This record gives sequence, structure tokens and C-alpha cells, in this order.
Amino acid sequence: MSQSFDIIIVGAGIVGVACAAECARAGLKVLVLDRGPVGGGTTAAGMGHIVVMDDSEAQFALTSYSRTLWHQLVRDLPADVEYDQCGTLWLAADDEEMAEVHRKQRHYTERGVRVEVLDEAGVEAAEPNLRPGMAGGLRVPEDAVLYPPCAARFLLGQAKQYGAEFRTPVTVSDLLPEGGVALAGGERISADRSVNATGPWSPALTPGLPVRKRKGHLVVTDRHPGFVHHQIVELGYLKSAHSVSKDSVAFNIQPRKTGQVLIGSSRQFDAEDSGVDQTILDNMLNRALEYMPGLGQLSSTRVWTGHRAATPDKLPLIGPGAESDRIWMATGHEGLGITTSLGTGRILADLLLDRPTEIPAAPYAPDRFANGGMNHD
Amino acid sequence: MIEKVHIRVNGRPVSIPAGTIVAAVIARAGLSRFRRSVSGQARGPLCGMGICMECRVTINGRPYCRSCQVLCEEDMEVISDG
Repeated sequence: MSQSFDIIIVGAGIVGVACAAECARAGLKVLVLDRGPVGGGTTAAGMGHIVVMDDSEAQFALTSYSRTLWHQLVRDLPADVEYDQCGTLWLAADDEEMAEVHRKQRHYTERGVRVEVLDEAGVEAAEPNLRPGMAGGLRVPEDAVLYPPCAARFLLGQAKQYGAEFRTPVTVSDLLPEGGVALAGGERISADRSVNATGPWSPALTPGLPVRKRKGHLVVTDRHPGFVHHQIVELGYLKSAHSVSKDSVAFNIQPRKTGQVLIGSSRQFDAEDSGVDQTILDNMLNRALEYMPGLGQLSSTRVWTGHRAATPDKLPLIGPGAESDRIWMATGHEGLGITTSLGTGRILADLLLDRPTEIPAAPYAPDRFANGGMNHD
Repeated sequence: MIEKVHIRVNGRPVSIPAGTIVAAVIARAGLSRFRRSVSGQARGPLCGMGICMECRVTINGRPYCRSCQVLCEEDMEVISDG
């Protein structure tokens, strides 16, 4: 192949295809490569929660920006994306977690994100299948859920409409310093730049990248419409899943448009294989049963796992790589890649074209870890 | 003489030999659609051994029972196409 591209995006997960759609829309000549099907890796192992998060100002900025972009896209999404603005319910089991509800309420409200505090009775009315006696919760009504693999396919379709090309199955062996890529068979494809959008596998193409695999499990049940109404996330999550080192589980549940119930979540470092870990799975389901005892009457139809791409400061890497302006990064989105894919695509395209970004891009600069420094807000 | 049990399939009384598998009774009643897929397509038994999950029906009010794994019992209520 002698054809040359402006940009080659390696990885057709939701982040890669979102970048492809934005770059192609901006008029760049784009090629997307993947070794497997569209959205078949980390994307297929995500719950598809479109959520505003506030671990840091930079995380809040990227998630709320991205959620706005999803809202703008809703009317174009095909039915198979199963977009459902069910809202998030952050669940407080005790007074300590209720204090977090109030902190979160202030934080979101000050920044223009609509939220609603629920007391014990409010939570019970909103989610009758929760065990009684919750302290309360915070409803974020404009959060949503969708089906990530179909969302990725839709975004790739958009990219193709703007002229992007897609090749699969293709294994990329090297991102070339002069801009193109080398394939496992020896073929080289030239381009001005490449983008490493291979998520948890990105260090294989960019050695030294501060991205670690963080394994997760998911369980989906038979169809039980109305069993759960919001994406519910326990605020005990703050005490467990956010610790960056040890294995953890948290109650995280979601209604699907099909009536199925999707249950998470688990987090494990240093668990490379994709097999189901029975101990972690048991812990995860027991946690879910503590919150929703009625789940025990439902049968699961599938259990699967995947790997998130975790970074030390829980922010993605977006922009030129630390080594070369010819090799860019769009990786490290950990558990938020479905939400932040759209913001990432927009920021990457803006940076590539020297346009002003709509939110500051510096917190996501891939070179922020250079020399061991970490750029916390 | 073979002992018979009496069940209802979609409300219709059926009298069949005890020990018959529910899936067989549904099929003998001439029904090929045991359930619907997520997208509304017709589904019916494929493996007959409890693996494929395609023959699920509602039995005595309990949804998603594998009809190929359940024996008919007196007064059973079977609803297909749930």
C-alpha cells in the first residue's frame, strides 16, 4: 500500500473511533486499524454509563463536556445503541456517605450540573428493590446508559461517512517515529501521524506509557423490565474502588432497554488473563445482593470480563506523546472511556488542527508524567 | 395403564403421560414459538439439554424456565411466548 494518510488511528474501540469521527469530520484523511471487531475489546466490557464524575476538576471537566456532546448526538443514535437517559443514583448507605451526597450536590450544582438529593423515602420510591433503610442518595437525571459496541460501530460509521477507512483484522507491530505504522506482516503504511488508541494494550506499542491493565467483571441477567430504574452506584465505592492499589468490588447496577439488568463492578490490577475469577465474582454478586436482595431471584445469562486502561492520576492521555510529535495518544480512560470518548475525540482533533480546545487540554497531556512528575489539579 | 397428568399450555388444558418434558408438550400442541428474542424474533428449543436457553417459558408464574429440563406435574401452568 503506497497510499498516505494524515492520521492512522490504531484501535477501533470507542475512543479510537470517536477520534476518527472528529478527525474525518475536520477533513483529515483517516485510517483506522484494529486487530479485531469494532468495539470488541475494553469497549465491550464497559457498562456504557454516560456519567459526570468529580474525583478531580479535570475529570469533572472532561466528563461533563463529554456528556454534553452525547446529549447533542442523541437524536442521531440508532436504536441498537440503546441510549437511555435513566439517570445516575449515587447511593448513600450511612451518614458518612450522606455527607458525600451533600458535598457532591454542592460541587455539581455550582458547576451547572442538575442534581437532586433524595432522602430515605425518596430512594425507596425511586428504587423499590433496594433494601430498606438507605440514608439517601443523589440523583443525576441527565446521566444515561448505552450499549457501547453499537455506539462504537455508529461512530465508526460517522467517520466513514466523512471518508475515513477501516481495516481489520490487522495487527500493528510498531508506531513509526516518522509518523506511519508497521504491520505484523512487514507492511508499512505511511501517515503524518499515528494515534495509539489501544487502551490497556497501549504500552505494548508505546513502551513506558503509564497505563496499567485493570480487570473488571460484569454479569447480565434475563429480562426483568422495571426491576431497576437508574444506574445505581454505591458511594461506598469511594472507600473501595477508588483506592488505586488493591482488588475491590462495588455495587453498581444498571437497567438495559431490553429489560436486562447489568451488574458490576470489580477492579483488579495484575490480573492479565481474561478468565472469570470466581472469588471476585462471588464478592461482587454478594455485594449486589446486600443492596438488592431480590437479585437472587433473577438468573444471569452471561458473565464476562475485560481490562480497563488505568493511569496513576485517573485521567486519560490525550495529545502528542512524550517521545514524538508524530505519535499521539488517546488512551488511559480507565472506567470512563464510554463517556469521555466524545470529549477525547474533540480535544484530539482540536489539538491536531491547532484549534482552541473547548476545555483546557493540559491535564490530559501525555507528557505530564515525564520525569516522574504528576500534574494533579 | 399410563398415568396421566393435566396441565395448561397458554390456558388450554392438556392431558399427557406423567413424566413428559414440558418442551415436548408445547411442541405437540403445535407451538413453535416458545419465546421471543430481544428483537422480537421467534425462538424455540435447539439443544434439548438445557444449554442453549432458547426454550425458556413461564411455568407456574416463574419466568425463564428451561422447558426442556422440566417434567410435567399435575395442574402445571405453562405460558409460552412470554
